[in-house]
Amino acid sequence: MHGALDWRALLRPGDWGVLALGLGLCVYAGFCLWTGAPSSLIVRARGEVFIEVDLNQSRRIEVPGPLGLTLIQVEPGRARVVADPGPRQYCVRQGWLTHAGAVAICAPNEVSLMLSGRGNDYDSLGY
Amino acid sequence: MIMTRSVIELTPTAEDSRVARHAAAAIALTVAEAMIPLPLPGVKPGMANIVTLVVLARWGWREAVWVSLLRVFAASLLLGQFLAPGFFLSLAGACASLLVLAVTVRLPRRWFGPVSHSILAAFAHIGAQLAVARLWLVPHDGVFYLFPLFASAAVVFGLVNGVAAAALLAELKNVNDK
Repeated sequence: MHGALDWRALLRPGDWGVLALGLGLCVYAGFCLWTGAPSSLIVRARGEVFIEVDLNQSRRIEVPGPLGLTLIQVEPGRARVVADPGPRQYCVRQGWLTHAGAVAICAPNEVSLMLSGRGNDYDSLGY
Repeated sequence: MIMTRSVIELTPTAEDSRVARHAAAAIALTVAEAMIPLPLPGVKPGMANIVTLVVLARWGWREAVWVSLLRVFAASLLLGQFLAPGFFLSLAGACASLLVLAVTVRLPRRWFGPVSHSILAAFAHIGAQLAVARLWLVPHDGVFYLFPLFASAAVVFGLVNGVAAAALLAELKNVNDK
């Protein structure tokens, strides 16, 4: 056996690049997946919390408002407004909410949805 | 009545013996590794890949394919996993890794050594396993939630196995040069 072999001597220049790339991918994936994944849905009606549900199973929620019922569909990891009595249907056309912090507001019927998660640290109204 | 004994002679070539020897080493490593308790299913060091990497560098891609696939089949038989979900995950991972190795082995050797091969193959491995798991075992996007964890394991174990293979190759070169 020759003396203690320095393991770093076994890496060739490109190997360091591949290693850095791999580490970068880990950090990037962790950042994207673990800060963005929502864990629950908070539904507000007339400014007050109507219901808070986990996003781990499918269900439908009917929320009463001044114009009628807003129908919300929940699936694992996402939620959307299926039907709303409001005239412009903005919150319905917004489609699925998938990121923590994402918000849909059905203003005429005074109903709002917000996904919350561990990484709920940015203001979704800004994007 | 005269009984004629027909003898089928199989003469193994030097290549056959080499493949068998290397596959045996890889199988032993896989079986030994199966005895280590692991915190999360799917995250393992994959030490048998050190053998694949050494064979790839010394004897080429074709022999590495033989060693790797023989290892997957034989080890799953020994561990009672043959045709169980774990076997298909392992087979998918091995096939994806081998395809990636077919490409990376053509990279200039001056720049890219066993460590690059190892890390890139490890990523191919987890990629294929996640795809199989998503399509078949866990029909839910939740499996991708674990991706950063698997990716970290791929980098760490890819690096460790790559360094081990590089060290072995350096050692083998010393022996052969003497």
